[in-house]
Amino acid sequence: MDPKIIEQHGLTKEEFNRIKGILGREPNLVELGMYSVLWSEHCSYKSSRIYLKNFLTKGKRILQGPGENAGIIDIGDGFAIAMKIESHNHPSAVEPFQGAATGVGGIVRDVFTMGARPIASLNSLRFGPLSDPHNRFLFDGVVAGISSYGNCLGLPTVAGEVYFDDCYTGNCLVNAMCVGLVRLSEAEVKSEIPSIIVKAKAEGVGNPVLYVGSSTGRDGIHGATFASVELDENSVEKRSNVQVGDPFTEKLLIEACLELLKTGNVVGMQDMGAAGLTSSLSEMASRAGTGAEIDIALVPQREEKMTPYEIMLSESQERMVVVMKKGTEDDAFRIFKKWGLNAVAMGRITDDGFFRVKENGKTVAEVPAKSLADDAPLYERPVSAPVVRDIEPYYKKFKSGKSCNSILLDVLSDPNIANKSWVYEQYDHMVQTNTSVLPGKADAAVLRIKYSHKKIALTTDGNGRYCYVDPYVGGLISVCEAARNLVCVGAEPLAVTDCLNFGNPEKPAVMSQFKECVRGLSDGCRHLNTPVVSGNVSFYNENNGVAIYPTPVIGMLGLIDNTPHCDMGFKSKGDLIVLLGVNKDEKSACPELDIELEKSVQKTCLEAVRSGIAKSAHDTAEGGLSVAIAECCITGGIGAKISVNEKISNMGLLFGETQSRIIISIDPNDVFALNDMAKKNNTPVSIIGKIGGSSLSIKNGKKKLVDLKMATVSEAYNGSINSVMRA
Amino acid sequence: MKAGVIVFPGSNCDWDCYHTAKTSLRAKTEFVWHEDESLNSFDVVIVPGGFSYGDYLRSGAIARFSPVMNALVDYVNKDKGLVIGICNGFQILTEAGLLPGALQKNKHLKFLCKNVRLRVENTKTPFTNKCQSGQVLEIPIAHFDGNYTADKETIEKLNKNKQVIFRYCSKTGSVSSSSNPNGSIENIAGICNEARNVLGMMPHPERVADPVLGGEDGEYIFSSMAGYLKK
Repeated sequence: MDPKIIEQHGLTKEEFNRIKGILGREPNLVELGMYSVLWSEHCSYKSSRIYLKNFLTKGKRILQGPGENAGIIDIGDGFAIAMKIESHNHPSAVEPFQGAATGVGGIVRDVFTMGARPIASLNSLRFGPLSDPHNRFLFDGVVAGISSYGNCLGLPTVAGEVYFDDCYTGNCLVNAMCVGLVRLSEAEVKSEIPSIIVKAKAEGVGNPVLYVGSSTGRDGIHGATFASVELDENSVEKRSNVQVGDPFTEKLLIEACLELLKTGNVVGMQDMGAAGLTSSLSEMASRAGTGAEIDIALVPQREEKMTPYEIMLSESQERMVVVMKKGTEDDAFRIFKKWGLNAVAMGRITDDGFFRVKENGKTVAEVPAKSLADDAPLYERPVSAPVVRDIEPYYKKFKSGKSCNSILLDVLSDPNIANKSWVYEQYDHMVQTNTSVLPGKADAAVLRIKYSHKKIALTTDGNGRYCYVDPYVGGLISVCEAARNLVCVGAEPLAVTDCLNFGNPEKPAVMSQFKECVRGLSDGCRHLNTPVVSGNVSFYNENNGVAIYPTPVIGMLGLIDNTPHCDMGFKSKGDLIVLLGVNKDEKSACPELDIELEKSVQKTCLEAVRSGIAKSAHDTAEGGLSVAIAECCITGGIGAKISVNEKISNMGLLFGETQSRIIISIDPNDVFALNDMAKKNNTPVSIIGKIGGSSLSIKNGKKKLVDLKMATVSEAYNGSINSVMRA
Repeated sequence: MKAGVIVFPGSNCDWDCYHTAKTSLRAKTEFVWHEDESLNSFDVVIVPGGFSYGDYLRSGAIARFSPVMNALVDYVNKDKGLVIGICNGFQILTEAGLLPGALQKNKHLKFLCKNVRLRVENTKTPFTNKCQSGQVLEIPIAHFDGNYTADKETIEKLNKNKQVIFRYCSKTGSVSSSSNPNGSIENIAGICNEARNVLGMMPHPERVADPVLGGEDGEYIFSSMAGYLKK
């Protein structure tokens, strides 16, 4: 075969020889295409797998860990949560609206494929600075894409995060997370929540293989391969690699698939995501140890004269593969007809382990299914020695020399800190009537679980800057901060889904960041006993040869079991403001983390919220103590007087990002109860102020650092992204 | 009492309305598939929000041709019970001619989901009889096409007949452009027909009919309907 064709498929000479070894012959073009997508970094995890296996993946609540379309966590009372996060970075960088929209569509299919009804969507976004019009175009398009797709599905987008930094210019990050709900037993009353968990396994020789959903077109061919190369100035030409989403069809597909599952006749189900038909069926057969035979002439096609190569590699959206019990195909035909969707039997499960593709009876590809899904080479890529970088803390970018008042206003209006209502008001965050704590009000979203007394809390969190400075500590912090977000609303952290966004793994420095970051994440998850149940790795996030900051994003699930929850808003005049943790003069751009202190602070916070003592809770994150206090004031619509006595610099005190700190507010009568809790858990605790008035003042010793009217504070915080984007 | 919730392909507030009809209206509640041809067994028909047929054409423009819509027109004309259309439901009712006017894109050309305040303009309706005149309700909106418009004569007629039921307002109940989230003419958020048996509104009362969701102002509308129907 022409070496040029092999190279165009992103395969190395060694990989090509490996394919020849497996087949005992040269692959034909269809087969080469099939291997190229499934052996791409995006699908095969060939560079990351050796590190990912160190994650904690088991726990008493974990019903399904990594390896399926989504992880599943038992939350008790007969309910379980399915969840997963995934990246759609490269498509969004060249076609922001469709790239982001189809990112949502893909992750939603991963969740309902398991038999769960999607109940919430979250995201984590990174762009270059908004001063650049192209970054504004990307930001605007990505948010509109997520909004358009999620809203149409009736899936509330309940939480997320957005950051802006030069390193993401040219390679924005769009990570989408979906959370689903499934019952572990049949419901007694009529309900929207399905009760059968299905796996993506092609079991049962002779069982029919069905194709359901949208027809197949030429869109998105080689999307997975495109995800596995760096972006450069020519990447815009890859726009035709980006799929086009149809959320209406996806909505029908959800309802039809969940209705079909009720028949009890579905053996296995998987969506056709990256690498389309090729990956879904080969992975299903590989998991079951079976083979499959299909005739692609039976595949519904939206364009004429599509070749076998195109049909096998198309990434057209809103399509699923369903394996049914033999003789029950009519169930699918009937239900999909009702919903106005395609359903055709295109093949059957075989016992010979081969994935055989025919076109009108003539074999066009024949390869061992397992070899596509599981036999991609595993790489232990060269790794350079870990590097801890010395860059300035974030607050240093705000000019010192100004008064603390004006620096605080600058920090609050920085798009990284400022109110994100411009984003979340474009998302329907209330549909399905479960959202108990709305976006912007707390560190995590809270959703009630209907038909039970339970609630769940959800958050996404990541900090690329910390990970760039110190990949290990940055990774550790990412997990701890996500968990801290959950305890702040009164939820016990249960499980993690992670999306690991890095540069080119063929570069030893990038691989080193990855290795160290994963070690930090892994340690964090073990310390907090939050297993990783699913996730995704996105490499090659570079623009013109420069890697993004290593940016692991943690999606975390927490449980509120019939106990009080709270948000971050200060509630009543006269309440005391309490700091759990200690202030330090933070000089590094990546703060240290003492895991024992972190666990103790989280434990006390969780107990304080659950017992109803804490009337509000908020962790100090980006922007430090002053920003955290300001956010509590703005959310609560009330002022505060803070008075501390610390021997640390003004900037370090106000804006330093020292970890393991949570601000709670309590009724003065509860001081002793809180003290007892803190003492028992060995948590440093101090009263740092009082709620009330219409201004925010912060004093250190006798020195007044901040004194601002709340109206001024709110204006700086609330207006800034709106005014940039409406300009 | 019996309530029917119409389901079009793409409806997505159908279950929300189902739950609310059961808990707030305390009605025996059923879904009605868009191909069904009779609604006569129901005391209340809810046309829920969502994206019927994806709203790829004009919101509600395709749904109005569903078989169930003939049944709905018949149900209204024969005054069989109450009809409430929420969000996409309101759009469908205007497309079907059961309510006057139309809903166009929001003035900022963005989808908008947030809590807004509504001033109750007429309490002598089956939908608002539990409200005080001028009462301010806090109810969320979530729409791209909520910008109510109609010709001058229609607006005059709506005002004269007191068919405007809700207007977007401030915390204190003042109606001005600063409290208008989407550009609707005269801040109109909800209207009824002349016969007072059909209400269309963009805000979602079913999203604030349970204290766990942080608000109960939607209850005023459902308890008004329940009270009216019990008489």
